[in-house]
Amino acid sequence: MKIGLIYSRVRFEEKQIIEALQRRDLAHDLIDDREIVFNLTPQYDGAPEKYHGVKFTRPEKFQQYDVVLDRAMEFTRGLYALQILNSWGIKTVNRADVVATCGDKLLTTAALSKHNVPSPRTEIAFTPEAALAAIEAMGYPVVLKPIIGSWGRLVSKVNDREAAEALLEHKATLGHFLHEIFYLQEYIKKPGRDIRIIMLGAEIVSAIYRSSDHWVTNTARGASSTPCPVDRALEKIARDAANAVGGGFLAIDVIEDETRGYLINEINPTPEFRGSETATGADIPNKIIDYLIQAAK
Amino acid sequence: MIAQLSAKITAECPECAGALALNGNTLKGEIVTCSDCGAELEITGINPLTLDLAPQEEEDWGE
Repeated sequence: MKIGLIYSRVRFEEKQIIEALQRRDLAHDLIDDREIVFNLTPQYDGAPEKYHGVKFTRPEKFQQYDVVLDRAMEFTRGLYALQILNSWGIKTVNRADVVATCGDKLLTTAALSKHNVPSPRTEIAFTPEAALAAIEAMGYPVVLKPIIGSWGRLVSKVNDREAAEALLEHKATLGHFLHEIFYLQEYIKKPGRDIRIIMLGAEIVSAIYRSSDHWVTNTARGASSTPCPVDRALEKIARDAANAVGGGFLAIDVIEDETRGYLINEINPTPEFRGSETATGADIPNKIIDYLIQAAK
Repeated sequence: MIAQLSAKITAECPECAGALALNGNTLKGEIVTCSDCGAELEITGINPLTLDLAPQEEEDWGE
């Protein structure tokens, strides 16, 4: 058994996983994503193994791994690496198709909706004019989110028409072309918190409340973490959400609506789990390794 | 295996030249913060120990 771990930075999570691999004496390689050059045309064998400190990666080099864990911090970098590895027949956690779905809020919502998993009302528009019409029809406040992004970055609560017009113009003028895919969502009056569930396959490993005075309740934005009891309804929606996107090692963010109950807000395919581990005491790194061993079979 | 420091070591911050104390279990790729200037630094090598300013956050960074 040999595990490959693709990483960008050794954060709290990567360090915990590496130390758990070392404690369990499991063979592993740490692969810095900045040093990879994937050779997509292995019929040409001119590339040296290493050149100016950069490693060229031929398919056979990755074949030594029974499974590869993606911990790249850049979504696009991780996604393409997984797509290449999966195309070479190498098992990965997560699979590229799962990361492609979860890393894009539009695709996540579409997958949830297709599988009848409750999530907030969401609409997509491609021009500022269409977006403004959709916002007005939905009624203020409305939440505007980038389709790709984490840590609550650029998530905006739009309270009135003037703010909507200004924000849409800024996004269309200053943003990357992906910012012109307008992802509009109803504002949910959540009770000062959301719920983060870490899942490995069908197992719920931890569940925490993330509480904040701010309406954005990401831990990266300063929210505090406390254990959350898992009732049957929460267990069901978490499992349904994981199944809808293809399953794996996932962080499922759930919000509580006064009338509809639990709604899936988003699903993260490369979870950070410091807050979850600290609040619940769950041994997440060892459970990840158990899951990797299962995935390798 | 990843390179790992074996004993406590002091390094110089590349931003402010302040002294930085690193633990024995520091790994290549870890991010540390200089207590003098607050700069985020990446451990780019262990043997010998090298530090550089950490990369700036990109739009698709996250979890």
